[in-house]
Amino acid sequence: MPSGEPVSISPPSLRRRWLACCFLALLLGLGMARAQGPQTPLAKDGLHDPASAAVHILQEPAQALGGLPPDVVGNQVRWVKALEQGLITPRADLLPGTTVRKLDLDIIMPRTGEMPMVRFPHRQHTEWLDCSNCHEKPFISKAGANKGVNMFQVLQGEYCGLCHGAVSFPLTECKRCHSVVRQ
Amino acid sequence: MGMRLTLALPALLQLLRWLLLAWCGLLLALPPVARAEYGDVVLNRRAEKEGVRPVVFPHWFHRIRFRCKVCHHELGFEMRAGANDVQMADILDGKFCGMCHNDRIAWGPSNCELCHSGLRGLPSGINGGNSTAGPGRW
Repeated sequence: MPSGEPVSISPPSLRRRWLACCFLALLLGLGMARAQGPQTPLAKDGLHDPASAAVHILQEPAQALGGLPPDVVGNQVRWVKALEQGLITPRADLLPGTTVRKLDLDIIMPRTGEMPMVRFPHRQHTEWLDCSNCHEKPFISKAGANKGVNMFQVLQGEYCGLCHGAVSFPLTECKRCHSVVRQ
Repeated sequence: MGMRLTLALPALLQLLRWLLLAWCGLLLALPPVARAEYGDVVLNRRAEKEGVRPVVFPHWFHRIRFRCKVCHHELGFEMRAGANDVQMADILDGKFCGMCHNDRIAWGPSNCELCHSGLRGLPSGINGGNSTAGPGRW
């Protein structure tokens, strides 16, 4: 191309049309991605056999989870919020003799190095779990008695990592536990 | 310098336009990413050897209806993935899954395919979009 000559790939009107088309396509693509939702249909989730009769009978995750408070990780659901808002009402017991135990007590774990301290709320945990799920294994129910708890263990699936990283919010969400800034 | 700018700008715009088009094309053409729900458990220690599909257990479905404590306290399921060696005989006896899957609370054990619905060849383990080095290892 000879230098100095004004370079024009397309006339301005055509260029505008191009840009408009691209913009529309972008919007359409994003719209479709949104409409699809964060949940994968059972037949395509890589676990269920699409040839199984079950995929036509079982509830689809999008149908069950779509209306619950959204999260950015895990099931894309804020489970505690869903429970607190009464959007789900899971049964707390099955057998007639069971005592449903709850506790409202925060535990602060101060030895967290340079990270903010960990606040462990019993209230949210006992909404879902029974005391016996964590005590006396893996946690001893005495303040200061659980010296072995550290992130290496947790990331290996011990202690908190038995659930966090498997069914409850994953270990990528540091600040949800490390929430108390040292003064 | 000014000359070079007038030369480079339209070329850049052109490139940008193609990139944008390619991105739109990708968005429209690519199938959604296949991803199992967080906390889905595949049970295949025995299933395929016995000639049935692996079991897929969805935590998300169950926790809408029952709190963790119902299965992990009352029914006796261990918290650790892989620690529950439940056999069909137990379920038929009304233990573990059989506490609910008894045709009264939920479908009974004669509906094999509803639980044994997994792809053949799947390894046992807990699946999801955000697994760590922890419970994801069986």
